[in-house]
Amino acid sequence: MTRRNTQEIVQAGLRRRHRKEAIFRTFGVLATAVGITFLGVFFVSLVGQGASAFRQTFIELDIEYSEEVLAPGGELDLEFADYDALVRNALWREFPDVTDRRERRELSRLVSAAAGFQLRNALIHDPGLLGTRGRVAVPASATVDMLAKGKVDRGLDTAQRPVTDRQFQWVDALAERGRLRINFNAALFANGDSREPELAGIKGALMGSFYMLIVTISISFPLGVAAAIYLEEFAPKSRWADLIEVNINNLAAVPSIVFGLLGLAVFINWLGMPRSAPLVGGLVLALLTLPVIIIASRAAITAVPPSIREAALGIGASRMQVVFHHVVPLALPGMLTGAIIGMSRALGETAPLLMIGMVAFIVDVPGGFSDPATALPVQIFLWADSPERAFAERTSAAIIVLLGFLLLMNLAAIILRKKLGRQW
Amino acid sequence: MSELEPAKMPPPIDPSTGEADEPSPAARLKVATRRRQLEEISDLVGNTVGEVRCEDPFMVAENVNVHYGELHAIKDVTLEIGKRQVVALIGPSGCGKTTFLRCLNRMNDSIESARVTGRITLDGQDIYSKTLDPVALRARVGIVFQKPNPFPKSIYDNVAYGPRIHGLAADRAELDDIVHTSLERAGLLKEVRDRLDEPGTSLSGGQQQRLCIARTIAVNPEVILMDEPCSALDPIATARIEDLIDELSENYAIVIVTHSMQQAARVSRRVAYFHLGRLVEVDDTDRIFTNPQHKLTENYITGRFG
Repeated sequence: MTRRNTQEIVQAGLRRRHRKEAIFRTFGVLATAVGITFLGVFFVSLVGQGASAFRQTFIELDIEYSEEVLAPGGELDLEFADYDALVRNALWREFPDVTDRRERRELSRLVSAAAGFQLRNALIHDPGLLGTRGRVAVPASATVDMLAKGKVDRGLDTAQRPVTDRQFQWVDALAERGRLRINFNAALFANGDSREPELAGIKGALMGSFYMLIVTISISFPLGVAAAIYLEEFAPKSRWADLIEVNINNLAAVPSIVFGLLGLAVFINWLGMPRSAPLVGGLVLALLTLPVIIIASRAAITAVPPSIREAALGIGASRMQVVFHHVVPLALPGMLTGAIIGMSRALGETAPLLMIGMVAFIVDVPGGFSDPATALPVQIFLWADSPERAFAERTSAAIIVLLGFLLLMNLAAIILRKKLGRQW
Repeated sequence: MSELEPAKMPPPIDPSTGEADEPSPAARLKVATRRRQLEEISDLVGNTVGEVRCEDPFMVAENVNVHYGELHAIKDVTLEIGKRQVVALIGPSGCGKTTFLRCLNRMNDSIESARVTGRITLDGQDIYSKTLDPVALRARVGIVFQKPNPFPKSIYDNVAYGPRIHGLAADRAELDDIVHTSLERAGLLKEVRDRLDEPGTSLSGGQQQRLCIARTIAVNPEVILMDEPCSALDPIATARIEDLIDELSENYAIVIVTHSMQQAARVSRRVAYFHLGRLVEVDDTDRIFTNPQHKLTENYITGRFG
């Protein structure tokens, strides 16, 4: 085999090799582009649909806190007076030409049912308002809200849209008079779920998810880390250990709804825990997250170089001291990263929660671990079912909030990994 | 296993056909002859030559055998180590020097397949007896490894770790004292005196090794084991550590494994030559290098193999 012979063979093959590389690189770029396109379409449609839900239309009315209207019989009870009458009167003052009873009903539907409660809370907070008159911005009803945001098609036939012609005129008139305001939708974050879209908020779901995550992390992190340390450092290498390792890896891949069935059978039926409670939800999610944390922690422990263990042993450290003074501190960043990633997966789980009953329509914001609650992904699922236009935009808004939290958690994991990274 | 057979090269590939060339009969004969030679040599070892015993022995190893699963790594080694002397273990790669060294402080315990038989005593006490805690043993027999491995902590904490876990210091002042003394004895204090809070890993290779030595002497051991401590260092750092070994030998018994015969000649008082798991010859340094008694020792020292 002469040298020149070899050179010629190599040279001949070069073109084919380079072409293969170019083809592979093109495929790679194409695949990435497709992925990014899908992601872009998803985000654009999501934000397009949901961004408007963060704002709410308010109607400014001249409210007169008239004592005669609130207490027609003479006895004024601030808690139970007829505040809706105040709102109606203000509306009628705004449009004095509306006299027909049916039309007046239509007029009063421009404003949300929450308007009365808003006035009630204001008066209870400051009874000095009684007898005064002022401009108050009350939330508009969902239909007016949608109208103001331009989501109602004016060209449609009357029977096909939720807004009548008269209501169109009134809303336009209010707009002309400068009485329509579009402000930040605080109700979305301050209220629990509701049948009225303009009153519906995700606070209940957020608190439910929050309590659940607390239960999940306080169970799965210590257990997972301890199990990983034991399996990696102390357990004798035997067939049992291999069996356990295979089973843990399999558990990490089990569909999450199976854990929900387990929760239903064991926690709710057998142990009698309260249904729909964040406690049970947290337990179920803890079971789900445990294998993930064990696997991540084991990988982090294995990554610690044996030279450090040997150095510690050589100095006369006992096995526990080697593990807890040297191995665990160095493995901790990896363990924490795994835990955060496990948590962000748990935050987005819906199927197991449906099984244990966290799918109910719950209005109150949960105050503790055993109050009935729902979780954010379940709330999204419930709202997505509703045909109302206003709920459609709120579903997208809730998804945006959920994605925001997931992004934050993953960002925290990345920053943690970068900051604490390799120290040896 | 690799120590008992010469490493087998894969048969060369014929470039024109892409098939493996069968070794020619002449090549095969050469390999077989070499293998027979080595086996003959292994049989030649027989009993250890020279002076296994020494006066005022501190550690005594008697009939030590080490098996790694099927492999018989250390074959019937008997050796005594005196109180304040430096003993060098030399020999070709894979002859068992490091294995034997690690037996002396039971570091082989952490290897699952290792089985040690025989008797090793420290100041009369059997170190493999059930009543002896290896943790306590390792506080009396320290070890320095080939590649410097300081803890990823501050320089101070590196040296203070041993005294802390063994409870050697009653308060912070005593701990400071121990740390400073150890660093000074290791010849490192002047260089790091004003940066004790910096991580140990920020030092140079030679400094890291001296830090490891300081860490070892901080627990006040009686014997220091060194596994090729200078092989990862440059000649100047090596020279500093050899000076350090000289100073340390006034207070500690030192067993040092080394690849370099010149280092053994410079540093040690007695030299033990290992070959394929057997202890071939032990003698005073001068005598073994000028007048070796065993043929194998002579071959190794003159560079005929290994």
